[in-house]
Amino acid sequence: MNSKGESVIEVVDLVRRFGDRAVINDISFSIHRGETLVIMGGSGCGKSTLLRHIIGSMKPTSGSVKVFGEEITTMNERDIANVRKRFGMLFQSGALLASLTVGENVALPLLQHTDKSIDEIEEIIEQKLKMVGLSGFENLKPAEISGGMKKRVGLARALALDPELLFSDEPTSGLDPIMTAVVDQLTLKLTHGSHMTAVVVTHDMTSAFRIATRMIMLGHGDIIAQGTPDEIRTSSNPEVQQFINGEADGPIPLNLSQDEHEHHRHVKPRPFFAARNRFHHKTQ
Amino acid sequence: MKNYLQLNINLLYWVLVAPFTGRFFKISPIFRQMVFIGVRATPMVALTAFSIGVTLAMQAAHSLQQLGAEIYVPDLVMVTLLREMGPVLIAVIVIGRSGSAVAAELGTMKVSEEIEALEVMAINPVEYLVVPRFLAMLVMLPALTILGNYVGVFGGWAVCRFALNFNTAGYVLRALQSADTWDLYSGMIKSVVFAWIVITIACNAGLHVEGGAEGVGQATTASVVQALLAMLVMNAVLTGIFFFGA
Repeated sequence: MNSKGESVIEVVDLVRRFGDRAVINDISFSIHRGETLVIMGGSGCGKSTLLRHIIGSMKPTSGSVKVFGEEITTMNERDIANVRKRFGMLFQSGALLASLTVGENVALPLLQHTDKSIDEIEEIIEQKLKMVGLSGFENLKPAEISGGMKKRVGLARALALDPELLFSDEPTSGLDPIMTAVVDQLTLKLTHGSHMTAVVVTHDMTSAFRIATRMIMLGHGDIIAQGTPDEIRTSSNPEVQQFINGEADGPIPLNLSQDEHEHHRHVKPRPFFAARNRFHHKTQ
Repeated sequence: MKNYLQLNINLLYWVLVAPFTGRFFKISPIFRQMVFIGVRATPMVALTAFSIGVTLAMQAAHSLQQLGAEIYVPDLVMVTLLREMGPVLIAVIVIGRSGSAVAAELGTMKVSEEIEALEVMAINPVEYLVVPRFLAMLVMLPALTILGNYVGVFGGWAVCRFALNFNTAGYVLRALQSADTWDLYSGMIKSVVFAWIVITIACNAGLHVEGGAEGVGQATTASVVQALLAMLVMNAVLTGIFFFGA
């Protein structure tokens, strides 16, 4: 395929610091058209932060991120919006608009960004919901469907504009094994059939090895390993082996210390636990 | 404060500038918000306004009777309602009912990643969420104030007719004579300004919620308190400008 050589995303020397701590520490990689890149890594390793830099919602401390050949880190809001019209994103929670029905959620990007007629839009909604196995659910509210269904509606919405690039944040968590396979096959079909490029953040190793053409493993803000699924599977790096085999013992520490985890920076030691510890000491 | 000013500038862009660059705001969401902010608030507004009208008339009667001047009760009810009580108390109702609801709704959307999802879909949250609520509020608060004025005057009439033995025609004539159109217009200007304050404070509080359900609660409370304070201070300022300025 001659279009394979074109990079859709190019990340060069990306650094992001919160205070003096680097959450992303000098990361470089690129993704070519038609590829499926799986980003793996333990909780708090900077996966979501990396994704947010690629979609332009966070600005890096230094480095460059090019999406479709355009530098997204220095763009203004309007140009970022124009880039965003070319990609779809599936959020971890689905992030459906609770006030709209399932059908209206899928229709939202079409209504906002295209001049399609209502009939055409209805046809697209039906087609996209069928792709994720949710035909006939158009008129339900997000509150009336399960978490896994919400995620699939989120996928249908992300695909509504037939994006060139799809970002998925944990697309299969909360889905049963059969639906996981359906979603994986959908991703494969889209990347092979319609030259879509996919970036998937996941913990689900079965799914990751099924869809990936390339994998990146992050840890402490660095790329620990990258390569094809086979290269990752046979990697000699103990951290990679621990992660893909899901072992409790290994080089990856069980608990991140407080200053390592960005979301827990402001959490103070809780008096409740302190009191309980004291209580335990007394009784012993 | 910086966020608040930024929101106002954004809002002005989407309402005044964007329509001329081919991005006209959608009409149907505005009507949906008008129903929610305005139409569904009418029973509460009517009840409040009626009580105020009755209270004003009773208090006026009490004071004026001592001077033998009950004839001026309609004047007092009318002018107080149009200039002050109407715009202020209807705004209080709308802050408590719709302002808090808007802050909580947008705040919940913020914490459940819906706002971020909109941004990633290249949909501007100000254009999509704030503009319809803003325009709906700008239309509906003055409309509710007019309704409130009518119902309040009706409450005043009830007291005059049944307790002070006014006849209906006398009450209406007296009321109409006492008030001039500026009394009505000044009240309308006030309620437009209040509408702006209430909805921008509510939207700003909602869009900048941090930290889950607790954050939504705090933002909602803060939006009500801030909107009340800002509205009452602005009322004093506008009364000063309108009636003591020149």
